[in-house]
Amino acid sequence: MATLSSPVSIDVAKTGQGGGGVRPPAYGGGGDGRGDGSPDYGARLRRLRLGLAIGLTSVTMIFVSLTSAYVVRRGLPTLDERTNTYVRDWIPVDLPITLLLVNTTLLLVSSIAAELARRQITRQAALAPIRSIPGVSLGEGKGFPWLGTTVVLGGGFLVGQWMAWRELADRGFYLATSASSSFVYLLTATHAVHLAGGILVLLYASAVSLLHTPVEARRVVVDVTAWYWHFMFLLWLYIFGLLWFVR
Amino acid sequence: MATSATIHSHAAPLGFIRKYIFSLDHKVIGLQYYFLALVAVFVGMFLSLLMRVHMVWPTAVLPLVGEIKPETYLQLMTMHGTIMVFFVLTTAPQGGFGNYFLPIQIGAPDMAFPVLNMLSFWTTFIAFVVILAAFFVTGGAPLHGWTGYAPLSALSNSGPGEQLGADLWITSIAIFCIASLMGALNFITTTLDLRAKGMTMMRLPLTVWAWFVTAILGLLAFGVLLSAGILLLLDRNLGTSFYVPLVVVNGQIMGHKGGSPLLWQHLFWFFGHPEVYIAILPGMGVASQLVSTFSRKPIFGYKAMVYAIMAIGFLGFMVWGHHMFMSGMSPYTAFAFSLMTMAIGVPSAIKTFNWLGTIHGGRVRFQTPMLYAIGFVSLFVSGGLSGPFLAQPVLDIPLHDTAFVVGHFHLIMGVAAIFGMFAATYYWFPKMFGRMMNETWGRVHFVITLIGTYCIFMPMHYLGMAGQPRRYSQFTELAYLQHLMPLNRFMTYAAIVTISAQLIFVLNLFWSMFKGPKASDNPWEATTLEWITATPPPHDNFGGHTPVVNHGPYEYGVPGAPRDYVMQTDPATVASH
Repeated sequence: MATLSSPVSIDVAKTGQGGGGVRPPAYGGGGDGRGDGSPDYGARLRRLRLGLAIGLTSVTMIFVSLTSAYVVRRGLPTLDERTNTYVRDWIPVDLPITLLLVNTTLLLVSSIAAELARRQITRQAALAPIRSIPGVSLGEGKGFPWLGTTVVLGGGFLVGQWMAWRELADRGFYLATSASSSFVYLLTATHAVHLAGGILVLLYASAVSLLHTPVEARRVVVDVTAWYWHFMFLLWLYIFGLLWFVR
Repeated sequence: MATSATIHSHAAPLGFIRKYIFSLDHKVIGLQYYFLALVAVFVGMFLSLLMRVHMVWPTAVLPLVGEIKPETYLQLMTMHGTIMVFFVLTTAPQGGFGNYFLPIQIGAPDMAFPVLNMLSFWTTFIAFVVILAAFFVTGGAPLHGWTGYAPLSALSNSGPGEQLGADLWITSIAIFCIASLMGALNFITTTLDLRAKGMTMMRLPLTVWAWFVTAILGLLAFGVLLSAGILLLLDRNLGTSFYVPLVVVNGQIMGHKGGSPLLWQHLFWFFGHPEVYIAILPGMGVASQLVSTFSRKPIFGYKAMVYAIMAIGFLGFMVWGHHMFMSGMSPYTAFAFSLMTMAIGVPSAIKTFNWLGTIHGGRVRFQTPMLYAIGFVSLFVSGGLSGPFLAQPVLDIPLHDTAFVVGHFHLIMGVAAIFGMFAATYYWFPKMFGRMMNETWGRVHFVITLIGTYCIFMPMHYLGMAGQPRRYSQFTELAYLQHLMPLNRFMTYAAIVTISAQLIFVLNLFWSMFKGPKASDNPWEATTLEWITATPPPHDNFGGHTPVVNHGPYEYGVPGAPRDYVMQTDPATVASH
């Protein structure tokens, strides 16, 4: 049986990216097990955040290697078979900059929404033990659907990226047109695949909220995905900067 | 650091499928990895046997493949290397033994993410099926070697097997990368977060240290290979030019332009060299564990061993260019890579001397696991000594792409790692299956395998120095190699005997699984946590208890202790230090 206890801070290393200045969530006993057989969500959260940080390291390595390939390939001369001389074949890609700025804004807002969703569910999870006391009411109210907003805006970003690819194709830049355009498609697609993975997890988090999963369990999923989402935003900023400044 | 029942949210499964097929139990998953690698090693060994037979009897008609054409030989070689490196050397030491024993040795009820663990195994399994499928498609398996150098690997009309076979090969590698990343994530999180109370990092068994550092290497390396593989697939199928310059194949100008074959080499070897350590570090961990246990002495220089593992892991990322001395790199770059490569000799020597220092003066029990651990050290030294030769650009020029290189890496990363696996198998078999393996047949297997291995791979150094190239399917026409043919034939005979002797191991393994004498909970009188629990361990590893650790992992021969060893969980007062 859950008991009323004052929220205790969990001593958790902040492992996510971005969104600085956020307090660690306050819930649970912070130790090993709670002694009543119920799952220790504090430990689960800490473990998942650690796992996320480690997972993001490998994602970073993927983009580090793609960046290395980008820089190396950009600097390579190419043999021109007509003149038999080495020439530079890197054609700067005419990026649809306005559309990409709109997409960036969409992703930024969705990242903010993800953060608000994270804080919202953290609050709900902290209040869950109190709410479980018979007769105690904290004034029900679901609050703003920040999670849904994140998903919609994230989906909007992906649609926007797809439109950007169409725009690129209209301007004559296909995947195999030039090494530069190959990298534009490759980097944006690799990022989009990772973001789509985040959307799937958020949809999962939304779906389980319909299945009476304890709010503490949902909170763990939302928290970790929000950090992942922030990372995806920063990653996009990085990719955008690379494609724009090093074009 | 925490351990609790919360990690073990999954109850013991009852149905066959959940218990043995889609199991979340790290022990079952470890065995799944192990048996996958066992199948893979026999496939890989069979391919090598065909190659060795073909080298000395080039016109012989062989079972399953008929007469071996030069391209068939390259296909056998490619698949032998790929299957052995990925599905044996990466799969069994880390995925197999690491999965089974890392959680138990740190006192955890399971891995940090059991579902991810299951997905990791089944993804590896799919990768294995995909690579085997390459044998059966039109054109057969690829012939570009396990290193898959572009542009050969990047053009689908560059040779037989380079059509669908090569696509399957790259796809399999990419899937394997994803599986390994999932595994690495799990290993690192588990080690950092699920250690039992008292199990500080400096009380971890050296096996755990090895698996932990290996996981870090995998985490950093496999993402790079994944990227490289995706670029290769795009070059092959969607007309990009990452790796392919302007090339003419069979008189036909290909549509590619400006790509760099060297880019592939850099990306591949940035993965490829750490991969060597991914294969060998777990073996080092096992050797350390066994040398201490069977010498009844604390490991010599525990901290030095830990720092040496870290140093090897770190330096492993700095030396990829030594595979590319012949690629036209600047001599200054080559010098830097050469220097870093030589530097790896320092931590490697620390480990070797510490193993010898541990054995020296010990009351050594020469049981089969210990024999294999000593065999590991022997092969590590023999294979390692030729490393500094190849690390010198001036020596690498004549030795590059000769049998010398093949001898070097087979000794140090091939059979040394395999000996680590044999040692681990004989050592942990009682814990995994509750029975002992046959000691006599274990020794027979050891003697034949050790001598056979040296007979196969030591002569390769002479062959290489005499100029016998690797990757050539036959030498019978080359006058300058005629005097080496008897040596080549000797190596092939040795290979036939050694490979046949592996049947002894397989029979011993399966016979002992069902008929071997029952094992006690701690048959080797070892100290680490897997030996305090029941044999085989219960579903949650410690039967509802959470161990509390009071001692380091190698407290043997402790003055004042009632026995000659102190379990890690013994009360703190049991020994004077």
